[in-house]
Amino acid sequence: MPTERLTRWLVSGPPFLFLLLFFVLPSLIMVVASFRHPGEFGGLAPLFPTQPGEEGGLTLENYRVFFGDWIYFQIFLKSFVIAGLTTVLCLVIAYPLALLIARSPRRHRDLMVLLVVLPFASNFLVRVYAWMIILGPFELLFTPVAVILGMVYVHLPFMVLPLYTNLEKHDPTLLDAAQDLGANAWHRFWKVTFPLSLPGVFSGSALVFIPVLGMFAIPEILGGIGDWMVGNMIKEAFLGVRDWPFGSMLSLMLTVCVLAVAGLAAWFAGRRLRHA
Amino acid sequence: MPNFWLWYASLLAYAFLYIPLVIVVTFSFNDSKLNAEWVGFTLEWYHRLLNNTDMLLAARNSVLIALTAASIATVLGTMAGIAMHRYRPRLLPFMVFTPVAMPEILLGVSLLIYFLNSLKPLLSTVGVEFDLGLVTVIIAHITFCIGFVAIIVRARLAGMDESIFEAARDLGASPWQTFRLVTLPLILPGVIAGALMSFTLSIDDFVITFFTSGVGTKTLPLEIYTMIKVAVTPEVNAVSTLMMLITLAMIVIAGRVAPDVLRAKA
Repeated sequence: MPTERLTRWLVSGPPFLFLLLFFVLPSLIMVVASFRHPGEFGGLAPLFPTQPGEEGGLTLENYRVFFGDWIYFQIFLKSFVIAGLTTVLCLVIAYPLALLIARSPRRHRDLMVLLVVLPFASNFLVRVYAWMIILGPFELLFTPVAVILGMVYVHLPFMVLPLYTNLEKHDPTLLDAAQDLGANAWHRFWKVTFPLSLPGVFSGSALVFIPVLGMFAIPEILGGIGDWMVGNMIKEAFLGVRDWPFGSMLSLMLTVCVLAVAGLAAWFAGRRLRHA
Repeated sequence: MPNFWLWYASLLAYAFLYIPLVIVVTFSFNDSKLNAEWVGFTLEWYHRLLNNTDMLLAARNSVLIALTAASIATVLGTMAGIAMHRYRPRLLPFMVFTPVAMPEILLGVSLLIYFLNSLKPLLSTVGVEFDLGLVTVIIAHITFCIGFVAIIVRARLAGMDESIFEAARDLGASPWQTFRLVTLPLILPGVIAGALMSFTLSIDDFVITFFTSGVGTKTLPLEIYTMIKVAVTPEVNAVSTLMMLITLAMIVIAGRVAPDVLRAKA
């Protein structure tokens, strides 16, 4: 039917075109940029040089520099450690909260969720800045501890919400059955509730881990000179020294890490579901 | 876990979430230049804020950007949500959800290269002046808001009985009539939730705006960033408190009009 095809085109076309133009194309251009030379005054050197002797074309130089120096590996590793610690702390703080909300009477749940979402009502910079005030007198400001604290604070709701959504769906009769079979409270939690909640744990972890990996503002505001993460390197490459090819290469390396983490989380969640 | 522990741990978590914000609000009324101890009540910081032309201009920009970006993102996101539900396309979901899922800095820097290195020279060959500014920020905000709207709209459609749409078609409604008279009224709470969410995301965005705004265009988060990095005065507390109030109002309205918004993030 022609009208059916026309409707389909009219509905999917505009968002498709917009995202093609302002998401897919920019991403592809960034991939190419990572193989280019930096321009004389920053930015990118021409892809097709017009004058003889002018630098241009494609190069592997950015990757050679990256893989030739430990420092970049160390900063990526440190970002992973900070993201990992943040995720674990978020999980520890969020789990009891999500569980309590899921087990509360239905009429209280929306309000309790709202109370978790509300801190989001302030700008993310404001929430980070609040920790500047708090940590200032304790000599904790400009330390890795401050960075992780800020990270946990800003990302906590991302862990609470998927956990709560999962826990809310659990069948309470399973816990009754476990109790009838003689399981105490802790056993019921570790043998029934927690294994069933793993999909929520994995999606929450991905929602925390991935944004933390690319963060630059929190290390900049709460961290010290030594607390740079991948995001700070990328920001500096683009807006500081204006070496766009190197910045693009770093961004691509970050993308690879993000894809690996997301793939791993999906794989674990899927495997868990099959065995459950 | 036993209930006693749950309550204890949850109360601590709620305290952790709220104490920093309470401190910011409190110090915004403090009659001292330092955020160290309570001296006395004052409205001076709010007064200064109202006479700060940079800040007012930034606020105007923020609202302008958020209104435009949210309107366009809502239309495009609703279309994407419907398309994904109805036609199950293979590429579109990837294009819609990836900008939401990846670290913001990646979208920011790829758009920075694209705007300055591709679009600007391309448009100048046809005589159009193009540079980073309001337009590029709006485009960038639309890109990441589309996904949020699409998620909410698609979730709403997923819970619906398909036979309603079939009935409308059987009764001779054109696709447009079906949409206007059946689909839209049913998904409206989701659409409104998506619009309000886009507005809040846009007005709060720092990272993507930071890379796509260029030198001249300031928004409230960019101003806050500069204040935090340059000279921290209680004016930051005041503007923070005001922004909190605005977004708070948006969330309360969203929760009333369209409860879908609270579950969208998960």
